[in-house]
Amino acid sequence: MSASFTPVQETALGKKAGGPVEWLDDRLGLAGLAKKNLRKVFPEHWSFMLGEIALWSFVVLLITGTFLTFWYQPSMAEVTYNGTYKPLNGLEMSLAYKSTLDISFDIRGGLLLRQIHHWAAALFVAAMMVHMLRVFFTGAYRKPREINWLIGVGLLALGMIEGFAGYSLPDDLLSGTGLRFVDGLVRSVPIVGSYLEFFIFGGEFPGDEIIPRLYMAHILLIPALILGLIGAHMLLLIYHKHTQWPGPGRTEKNVVGYPMLPVYAAKAGGFFFVVFGFTALMGALIQINPVWAYGPYNPSEVTAGSQPDWYMGFSEGMVRLMPNWESTFFNYTWSWNVVIPGMGGLGLVFTSLAIWPFLEKWVTGDNREHHLLERPRNAPTRTALGVAAMTAYGVGWIAGGNDIIATKFHMDIYAITWVLRFGFFIFPVIAFLITKRICIGLQRADANRILHGYETGVLERTPDGGYSERHAPLPVAEQYTLTAHERVPVLEAPVQTDVNGVDAPHGRKEKLRAKVREYWNRDTLDKPTVEDVHHAEEHLGHHDGHPIALGEDFQGVSETGIPRQH
Amino acid sequence: MLALIVVGGGAYAVQTTALSPASAADDTTSSRELDAGRQLFLIGCASCHGVNAQGIGTKDDKNYGPTLIGVGAAAVDFQVGTGRMPMAQSGPQAPRKTPEYDAEEVRQLSAYIASLAPGPSIPSSEDTDYEAASTEDVREGGEFFRTNCTACHNSVGAGGALPDGRYAPKLDGVSAKHIYEAMLTGPQQMPVFGDSVITPEDKRNVIAYIKAVQDQPNYGGLAGGGLGPVVDGLFTWVVGIGVLVGFAIWIGAHGARVKKKR
Amino acid sequence: MSEIERPDDHDGQEIEPTEPIQDPGLPEHQYRPQDVDESQARRTERQIALMFVTAAALALVFCVSYVVIDKDQTFLNWSAQNFALGASLGGALLLVGIGIIQWAKKLMSDHEMVEYRHSAASDEDDRVAVLEQINAGVEESGIQRRPLLRNTLIGSMGFMALPVVFLLGDLGPRPHSQRFTVWKKGMRVVADVSGAPIKPSDLEVGELVNGEPAVLFEEDETGERILHGTEALQAKSKAAVIIVRMRPEDITPSKGRENWNVDGILCYSKICTHVGCPISLYEQQTHHVLCPCHQSTFDLADNGKVIFGPAHRPLPQLPLGVDSEGYLIAMSDFPEIVAPSYPELARDQKKLDKNS
Repeated sequence: MSASFTPVQETALGKKAGGPVEWLDDRLGLAGLAKKNLRKVFPEHWSFMLGEIALWSFVVLLITGTFLTFWYQPSMAEVTYNGTYKPLNGLEMSLAYKSTLDISFDIRGGLLLRQIHHWAAALFVAAMMVHMLRVFFTGAYRKPREINWLIGVGLLALGMIEGFAGYSLPDDLLSGTGLRFVDGLVRSVPIVGSYLEFFIFGGEFPGDEIIPRLYMAHILLIPALILGLIGAHMLLLIYHKHTQWPGPGRTEKNVVGYPMLPVYAAKAGGFFFVVFGFTALMGALIQINPVWAYGPYNPSEVTAGSQPDWYMGFSEGMVRLMPNWESTFFNYTWSWNVVIPGMGGLGLVFTSLAIWPFLEKWVTGDNREHHLLERPRNAPTRTALGVAAMTAYGVGWIAGGNDIIATKFHMDIYAITWVLRFGFFIFPVIAFLITKRICIGLQRADANRILHGYETGVLERTPDGGYSERHAPLPVAEQYTLTAHERVPVLEAPVQTDVNGVDAPHGRKEKLRAKVREYWNRDTLDKPTVEDVHHAEEHLGHHDGHPIALGEDFQGVSETGIPRQH
Repeated sequence: MLALIVVGGGAYAVQTTALSPASAADDTTSSRELDAGRQLFLIGCASCHGVNAQGIGTKDDKNYGPTLIGVGAAAVDFQVGTGRMPMAQSGPQAPRKTPEYDAEEVRQLSAYIASLAPGPSIPSSEDTDYEAASTEDVREGGEFFRTNCTACHNSVGAGGALPDGRYAPKLDGVSAKHIYEAMLTGPQQMPVFGDSVITPEDKRNVIAYIKAVQDQPNYGGLAGGGLGPVVDGLFTWVVGIGVLVGFAIWIGAHGARVKKKR
Repeated sequence: MSEIERPDDHDGQEIEPTEPIQDPGLPEHQYRPQDVDESQARRTERQIALMFVTAAALALVFCVSYVVIDKDQTFLNWSAQNFALGASLGGALLLVGIGIIQWAKKLMSDHEMVEYRHSAASDEDDRVAVLEQINAGVEESGIQRRPLLRNTLIGSMGFMALPVVFLLGDLGPRPHSQRFTVWKKGMRVVADVSGAPIKPSDLEVGELVNGEPAVLFEEDETGERILHGTEALQAKSKAAVIIVRMRPEDITPSKGRENWNVDGILCYSKICTHVGCPISLYEQQTHHVLCPCHQSTFDLADNGKVIFGPAHRPLPQLPLGVDSEGYLIAMSDFPEIVAPSYPELARDQKKLDKNS
C-alpha cells in the first residue's frame, strides 16, 4: 500500500479497503507505522528461518495446550481408575494421572493433541538451540544485537523450565521420578535447601501442592513471560533489520531481500502451517511419552531407562558423571555431588552464553555495528570455541543416556562413565584444535580459488607432452563474496607506560587483553591483497591466451563431462 | 575369565527348606529318561559343571561352572530352554539364543538334574495360565511388576543396563513358563522371588500384566522400543529438526531461473 | 572501548587501502519460468489450487474420522483414531503451508528490494534533547534537592518488598527434622503390594523382597488404610526397604552391626542417598545394588558401601530381628538419615547418634 497509494481510491481494492483502513486509521492512527513496516525488506537464507521453527512451535504449543487444559485436572486427589486402558483398571491414582489417561484414551483426538503438544515442546527447545547456534557461528549477536541475544538466552532458559514443568504434570512414574530428582536437587542447595524444598513442595516430598503449582507456572506464568520476551525479540528484530550474508550489492549499509507484504507474510505464514502440519504428522505416527505404560507415580517404584526429556539430558549426564563429593563444615552438609552438576552445569551454560558477546567485544575491541554475517571459517577461534562447547554439551548428553547406550550396544556402563568423566575435559580441547585447523584450511581453499581460479575439468597438453588442468578465474561476484569479510587486524603492544614513564592505568589488564587478542587472531589467514589479486589476474590471463577460448558462459565441467554451474 | 565366573545361578537353592510345588524326581519319570538326560549332560554340560554336576571351581576359589545339585528342574528348563546354556562363549552374561536342545531333550536334562537333589520344579500349565487372570488380577500383577521388576526390566519389559556390561534382558517373546521359572530360580544375577513372598498366583498375575501390556497396541504410533525420552530426543532432532530444516532450505532456495526476459 | 586498529592506520608499511575485489553491485534480475511463460504460471496456479482443495478435503476426512472411527480400532497396531485424525489434520495443514509458500516462491513478485539501514543509535540532537528533558524532570521534581523525600521513598519501597516475602511464608511449613521415618522398634517388615509379613524361613539365599513398614497396610476399624494418598506416598518415600538374603559368610558387617541380620537376611533402605530414586537393581551374586537413575552402586554385603557413582553416603541399613510369632521386625528406626542429603543432615545425624 505504499507506492500505489495515491491513486488507490480508483482501484478495485482501494474502493473496498479504503473504507476500513480509513475507519481504523481515524481511531488508531497507525498508517505512519504501517507505511514503514508493511513492505519491510527481509533477506533470504534458509538459516534465517530456524528461529521461525521455534516461534511456530510455540504457537502450536499455545493452541494444543489450550485444548489440553479443557480436560486435564491438576490435582493429587486419590481416585480409582476405571477407564478404557484395561491393565490399570481398579488402580488408585491421582486425579492428574487419571485425567491424563482419559485425555489419551477417552477424549477423541486427545492423544493426538497430547502427542503434538509434546513433540512441539521438544522441537521448540531444539529449534531455539539450532537458531542460537546459527546466530553464534555467524557472529550475528555483535553490536547492536547484544540485547536481543540476551533475550534469546532468557527464552531458552524459560523454554527448558516450561518443558520440565509440563513433563511433570501427568504424575506418571516417569514424571514423578523426575520430580524426585528435582526434590533431591533443591534440597542439595547449601544452607537453605530444606527451606526451598518445603516451600516448593508445600512440605515433604511429594506433597499435594507441587502439581497445582507447576500447572500454574506451566500454563500462566512462564508462557506469559515467554510471550513477552518473544514480542520484544521480534520488535528488536524489526528495529535492527535482519542481518544478511555479504555478497554483491549487499553491504553494511543496506538490506537486500523481499518485502514483508506479500512475500514474507506468505513464506512465514506458510511455514507456520508447515510446522503445525508436520508436528501433527509426528503426533499421528510417532508415539511420545506413553504415560499409560509407566503407571501412576509411587516413590517405591522406578523403571529402567528413567530419563528426562532431551533438553535436560545435559544436566542429567553431568549429575551421572560427577564424583561423589559431599562434605560437612560449619555443621552443615554440602552436597557437591548434586549441586555442582545439577545447578552449576546449566548455570555455567547460561552464564557463558549471556556474557559471550561482551567478552568477545572485550577481546576484539570492536565497537562498530555489524549487519553483515561472518562465515564461521573466517572467525576460526570463535568457531572452534563454539564447537568445543558443543562437544562438552554432547558429552553430557551421552552421559545422560549412558544406560540406554550400554544396553543397546552391549557396553559396560561403568566404562562409559569413566571415559566420559575424562572426556568432558579432553574431547572439547581436541574438538577445538581440529575445528580451528579445519577453518584455516577452508580459508586457504578460499584464497586459492581467488588466486588460482577454479578447476575447469578441462585437461590441457603442453607441447612437451605434460598434462595439466586448466584453471579459470571465478566470476567476479563470487570472488567478491569470498573476500567480503574483514581483514585480520594488525596488533599493537599495549601501552605500558605513559610519556612520563609512569605505569599506564590498567596496564596489567591491557596486557592480558593484548595476549588474548593475539590468541584470538593467531593463525587466522588474511584475505588476499590487491597486489595478490593483480598477480593472479595476470597469471590466469596468460591462460586465457589459449587458442581455444572457454566462452563467457563456461563454468567448468564435472568428472562426467556435464557442464557445471557456479 | 571373571565373566565366566559370575554366570549361573540358583545354585544355593538347596540350602533352604522352602521348595516349590512337587518334589524333584517324581515317579512318572522313567529311568530311561534319566539315563538319556545323564548322557546328554555328560556330553554337553559336564565340561563346566563336572561329571557329577558338583560344579568346577577355579584356583582362586571361584566357580568355573556352579554346582547344579539342588537347582531343580525349573532352573534347567529355564537355562537350557531359553538357549542360555550351554554358553557359546564366555561373556559378561549368558545371552538368550536359539536353544541347542529340543523340548524332549530339555525334559530329559531337567529330569536328570532334578533327580540329584530336590529343587524347584517346572511350573504346571495351571500356574502359568495367565489368560485366566481377571482384570483385578492384572492390576495387582501390575503393582507387583512395577515394584519388583521394572527397575531392571523397564516398564514395558524393554530391558535395562546393569554394571560391568551385564543387562536385564527384555521380556519380549519370553514364554510365560520361562518368566515364571526366572522369578522362581533367579538365574544369573537376577534375585530369587520365592513362592512364599510372591505366591504362585502373584507370579501368574505378573505374567498376565506383562502379557497384557505387550498385547496393547502402540496407541500413539512408532514406539521406539519403549526406551523412553532418549529415543524421543533422537526423533526430535533427526526427524523433527531434520525435516523442518529441510523445509527451511526449500523455502530459502532460489528455484529455477530462465535466461529469457520479460 | 577504542576503535579497532585498522591496518591502514598503522604507520610503517603501506598496505593497499582498498578491498582486493570491488563490489560489482547487485546482479541482474533473473526471471522464473512462471514470469515469462503465462501457461507455466497457470499450471503452477492450478497445482497450488489443487493443494488447497485437497487440504479442504482432508479437513473433512478429519471430521468424518472423528465420528466414524471407534477408539479401540487399530491400524498397524496403532490407534486408528489417532492415526486418521493426525494424518488428515497434518496433511491438510502441510498442504496449506506448502501451497502458500509455493505461491510466494513461484508467483509473487521476486524482484529483490533494497532498504537502507540506519544506525541503531538515535542522532546526537535527540540524545541531547533526551538528556535535557531528564535533567529538567529531575530538577523540577526536586529529587536531588530534597534528599529526605528521596531517601524515605526508597526506604519505604524497600519495606514494600517485605509483605511480598511474608505472603510467600505459607507456601509450605518450616522444615522439620527429616531424621525419622515411620519405622519403629518392633514394626513388622512386610512385602510391598501384598502386605504379607515375612518369616526368615520364607527366604532363600539370593532372594530379594521389596518391603514396606507394616504401618502402611494397617487398617482402622472401618477397613480403611490409616495412611493413604499423599501421606502414604510421603511415608513410602522414606521408609521403603529391600530385604535380601545372602550366605552369612559373605557378609562383612562393620562393628556394631554384627547382629543386624537374621541368618544372612539384611534390610536396607530402598531410597538412594543421592537424589532419592528407589533402587532395587540387585545382583544376587555380586550383592551389588544399582540405582537406575544415576548408576550409584552399593555393596549390600559390605554395609551398603558406595562402590560407584555419584552417591556419597552408604545405603542406610535397618537392624532386623524376629518377633514372638517368628516374623521379621525392625529393631529400631534407621540409625542413619534416609533419602537425599540436605543442609541440616550433619546436625540431624549427630542427634541420631546421640540418642542411639
